[in-house]
Amino acid sequence: MAIDPSRIPRFEHGSRVPGWDDAVDLAKDPAVVPDPASTPVPEHVRAEIEAHMAQYPDVRSAAIPALYVVQREHGWCSPTAIEQAACVMRLTPGYLAAVATFYDMFDTVPVGEHQVYVCTNISCSLRGADAIYDEMLSAAGEDPRFNVRSFECLGACDIAPMASVNGEYVGPLEAGDCRTLVDDVLAGRPPLEAKQLRRRAKATEHWRSQA
Amino acid sequence: MEILYKDIDEPGLNTRHVYERRGGYEMLRKALEMEPQEVLDELLASNVRGRGGAGFAMGKKMSFIPKGQMDKYLVCNADESEPGTFKDRELMQKNPHQLIEGIIIGAHAIGANKAFVYIRGEYAHQADVLDAALAEARDAGYVGERILGSDHSLDLVIHRGAGAYICGEETALLDSLEGKRGNPRLKPPFPAIQGLYRGPTLINNVETLMNVPYVLRIGGEEYAKVGTETSTGTKVVSVSGCVTRPGNYEVVLGTPSREIIFDLAGGPPEGRSVKAWFPGGSSAPVLTGSDEHLDLPYDFDALAKAGSMLGSGAIIVIDDSISIVDVALKTAKFYRHESCGKCTPCREGTNWTVKMLERVQSGEATPMDLDIMASVCEQIIGNCLCVLGDAMAMPIGSMIKHFRAEFEAHIEAAREQNGLGAAIPQVNRGRHAGLGPMREPTGVDPTAAVA
Repeated sequence: MAIDPSRIPRFEHGSRVPGWDDAVDLAKDPAVVPDPASTPVPEHVRAEIEAHMAQYPDVRSAAIPALYVVQREHGWCSPTAIEQAACVMRLTPGYLAAVATFYDMFDTVPVGEHQVYVCTNISCSLRGADAIYDEMLSAAGEDPRFNVRSFECLGACDIAPMASVNGEYVGPLEAGDCRTLVDDVLAGRPPLEAKQLRRRAKATEHWRSQA
Repeated sequence: MEILYKDIDEPGLNTRHVYERRGGYEMLRKALEMEPQEVLDELLASNVRGRGGAGFAMGKKMSFIPKGQMDKYLVCNADESEPGTFKDRELMQKNPHQLIEGIIIGAHAIGANKAFVYIRGEYAHQADVLDAALAEARDAGYVGERILGSDHSLDLVIHRGAGAYICGEETALLDSLEGKRGNPRLKPPFPAIQGLYRGPTLINNVETLMNVPYVLRIGGEEYAKVGTETSTGTKVVSVSGCVTRPGNYEVVLGTPSREIIFDLAGGPPEGRSVKAWFPGGSSAPVLTGSDEHLDLPYDFDALAKAGSMLGSGAIIVIDDSISIVDVALKTAKFYRHESCGKCTPCREGTNWTVKMLERVQSGEATPMDLDIMASVCEQIIGNCLCVLGDAMAMPIGSMIKHFRAEFEAHIEAAREQNGLGAAIPQVNRGRHAGLGPMREPTGVDPTAAVA
């Protein structure tokens, strides 16, 4: 098949590979452990991170809990957020940035405050999750208050297709539920209360009551 | 027979009082009066095999932990991320105290004073339930210094992960728990010798540890009478995909697979038949809907003999309305996303498998690509630090093996749609490439329709 060069997707600088991240300044010195005197950290953030650090034989184990704390505080793992965690834990921001970029649940770009993770893995997609994800995108994808993303298996294939809305598992979802979900979240109600996983009985009981 | 699921929906079972009323923490008292070696002997006699994926005997794993005074650790692997698996989620949410009791007994048996539960970050509700249960257990003196007046002390921490499939692999889990990126380590040394913070570490799945109080209650030998000779006890099986009643079902190991898929989970929807099924999560090679496969007893050895594995005990059923190409692509994309990137065969292999499957789907591929894909899969297996790459290679390889005709038919149909014409099979391309002109295989009619 002849390849049409104009149809090959390219980045702005004309290459097919992304190249250096714009934020990377190669001439800059590596960041050192932040100086507590010049890095203001809110007192409750410091206390919470220190409580986590005290639980482990090695303080570095508190990296994930600490990133959760600053992510909740700042809305995402911003450079400031990571610097604050690094300051309390006495690590370099680079170390924590490396950890934050490894895990799916840390956002390294600003996102909406309400997380909607739609599972699109095998079990859910066998039951129509891809359509639900599209529906969810059209319901809230443009809304800056929402962070709608497709996610790998969330471990709730019994209620496939499902989504995790601010940590609450709901399913099985139908196309119409997406709008209701968005309305529930915006009104501050528990999302789709009747379809929450935590209310579901074990499978044998559940299906007996449905029969 | 239900061991873990018996009365699991009893209201308030997640509180200490209800759990104790049902005989909870009695086995902890009994275990603390026993010598660690006696507890270990019971677990060895029960022959309970790990429920997380590898199916390694728990007692044996425990006996690898060195004896004597040193910093030893017990880690409960609750990072249940295998697609199709959701048993630990329900167990932890509904009966957290049994897990905590199992952990304390396990820690006593190996002499660990520090234990961790590594729970995946997505399970926010379950982690909260565990935290609350742990606080109750601590108040009652089951966790902490000198448990119930014995000389055994234990500190337990619920550690939340942050969304990485690879952290369910034991050495990646340890790295993640140490606050690093979750990259697997080279083995040996195995975690039992050098694990968390370089100390001997026992890592067990949630379901395995929850069986421990029950084993002590009825005795190891009695436990071993349930199930088959080499796969003892019961297993919680998560059935999902194209079935009418998806969910967790606890079955005795050795139950015919057909009974689980059809009688318990209701089988595929009206008018559909089983085309393929994953017997143990998406990492297990698929089996077909043939009687030979559906009649297999659901236990570790029978499935291994059939070329697959029991894995985490998650059955994903695929019915005949689903294209196997879509399933293969979905599976490969998952592993590409979750590969940590440390080992080249896995990082590159998963990526190229996805690219080739996309070519198959869009009709740019030729049947030769299936051979290349199979050879890529072949070269991933056994060549990486951990088995994530193998976990993609095995199901994709098995799909190509069992459903090659469908892949080829799809390629032809998609090529036709794109106006590319029939693909001509050539024998000396790809892994068989060599010098000399391309030659067509003898005895094959390239224009004949592919089945």
